[in-house]
Amino acid sequence: MGIPYSYSFRNLWTRRLTTVLTASGMGLVVFVFAATLMLTEGLEQTLVQTGSPDNVVLLRKAANSEVQSGVERAQASLLESQPEIAVGPDGYPLLAKEVVVLINLKKRVGDKPSNVIIRGVTETSLRLRPAVRLKEGRMPRAGSAEVIAGKSIARRFKGGGMGETLRFGMRDWRVVGVFDAGATGFSSEIWGDADQLMQAFRRQAYSSIIFRLRDPAAFEAYKTRVEGDPRLTIEAKRETQYYLDQSEAMAKFLRILGMVLTVVFSIGAVIGATITMYAAVANRVTEIGTLRALGFQRTSILSAFIMEALLLGLCGGLLGVGAASFMQLITISTMNWASFSELAFSFTLNFAIVWKSLLFSAVMGLIGGALPAVRASRMNIVEALRAT
Amino acid sequence: MQEAGEPIVRIRDLSKGYRRGTQVIPVLSGVNFDIARGEFLALMGPSGSGKSTLLNLIAGIDTADQGSIRIGDVEITQLGESELARWRAGNVGFIFQFYNLIPVLTAYENVELPLLLTHLKRRERREHVEAVLSVVGLGDRMEHYPSQLSGGQQQRVAIARAIVTDPEILVADEPTGDLDRASAEEILQLMDRLVHEFKKTVIMVTHDPRAAEKAHIVRHLEKGELSVS
Repeated sequence: MGIPYSYSFRNLWTRRLTTVLTASGMGLVVFVFAATLMLTEGLEQTLVQTGSPDNVVLLRKAANSEVQSGVERAQASLLESQPEIAVGPDGYPLLAKEVVVLINLKKRVGDKPSNVIIRGVTETSLRLRPAVRLKEGRMPRAGSAEVIAGKSIARRFKGGGMGETLRFGMRDWRVVGVFDAGATGFSSEIWGDADQLMQAFRRQAYSSIIFRLRDPAAFEAYKTRVEGDPRLTIEAKRETQYYLDQSEAMAKFLRILGMVLTVVFSIGAVIGATITMYAAVANRVTEIGTLRALGFQRTSILSAFIMEALLLGLCGGLLGVGAASFMQLITISTMNWASFSELAFSFTLNFAIVWKSLLFSAVMGLIGGALPAVRASRMNIVEALRAT
Repeated sequence: MQEAGEPIVRIRDLSKGYRRGTQVIPVLSGVNFDIARGEFLALMGPSGSGKSTLLNLIAGIDTADQGSIRIGDVEITQLGESELARWRAGNVGFIFQFYNLIPVLTAYENVELPLLLTHLKRRERREHVEAVLSVVGLGDRMEHYPSQLSGGQQQRVAIARAIVTDPEILVADEPTGDLDRASAEEILQLMDRLVHEFKKTVIMVTHDPRAAEKAHIVRHLEKGELSVS
């Protein structure tokens, strides 16, 4: 058995002020690290949850998003009659031909303009997205200049609230309902009647076709057949994969940004931990000599100081994760680079992020404590005892 | 098992010097002597005479340049660093001038430290620790931290830590050097008790003539050479 853990823990407790200051420095780095992961996770979850694994999105080949895509009416009719499409209780196929347009709206705060997605939908669109629920008001009437707004749009954009009027496509559109799509990208959209919106924006083609598979396992076969059909210039993706692809560029950017910030900050934190641990060793030279004289091996001394550095790092980790957990209360909005539209999402903390953050903090502690621990373990017993 | 009175420590041609730059300053040169089992030996001499160095060599925390030290059946000058550490854990108890207790551990935990290097179970360790703390009269101070104890009490905890593994040899470097007269007397009586009642061999470095009076034999070191008084 080696030196008890209580020795390492109580030494940290004895030097409370130094411990708190060093752990706070490390905590700040862990906060940045965790917040970046939470941001990426929030973005991915928002976009991925937007999709359903049973749904298929059909886009024009090589189009990265619905905004860039166009599906001709003739092709849409052909696609509508495929046998893989599930049928609803009313006997109609569970398929929606949608149009997606970007418009510019001013925010309520700051008057700053931002891109917003207008989605032309059909009655089936709601059935294909069970997460979308009308929170207030009613659905737009077919053939009328009415829209419903996602809760994020209603809250943050001028004219987006219940009963307000938006002007786009050379017409005024009354907001007759507000819908809640949970933590999905639909909460940052405005929905209206697809035919009315196509007329308003003079669109001849749909942006995308969404349908539910009768048998989810049949997707690969369907994809191969449809993409190989010479009459169609269509690419089929599962809806979850489509939104995951959308989040990829932004998530990658956030990860790289977070990594750079974390690495730069962590150098400072590791130096702080090293200085603290060197001071701890310098203050306990006689103790080290005594422990060695009693028969503890160099490795036991090394382990005790490494343990102390790990605990210091974990204290920082807990502080950082604790502070980062409050970020879940914040909802931020940013540009979705795939659709060039505004997307609102929250910082999301999960077990994997907590685990990674604590591991990261422990690694910082380990790196910071390694050299001081080696120094402690290499002390000459007689010289250490003379330091009394 | 060797009989009482037989040498437990045999030192032959022991030399030790310290390097200062390119120079080697001799501290001990050709020291020869034996220490009998159950003996209470005091090493005296002026500062720099080499008495602490001799004590450190006997305790196995320093290495000789030349010569041999045999403790019981073990030639400790032949042991490697790890073997020496294991040997110290089981065979030598240390008593320091400034007690050298670990301030963040309680009296109980300080005394238990050497037992962590044995294979004893927690319950057995507790029995040993409670027994030795009772011997030194601190059975009611087990949960106290060193800072909550007087100097004399701290030194008694240190003595309990030194004897908890039941080593044959106790090495004490100025054990009364930091104590008032009354506490010093208590410590010396306790050490005397360890020799007579518990049959320990005590080797003590001291400047204090009153401490030396308790010893069976007093040896003087002067310029690295030994004489008997």
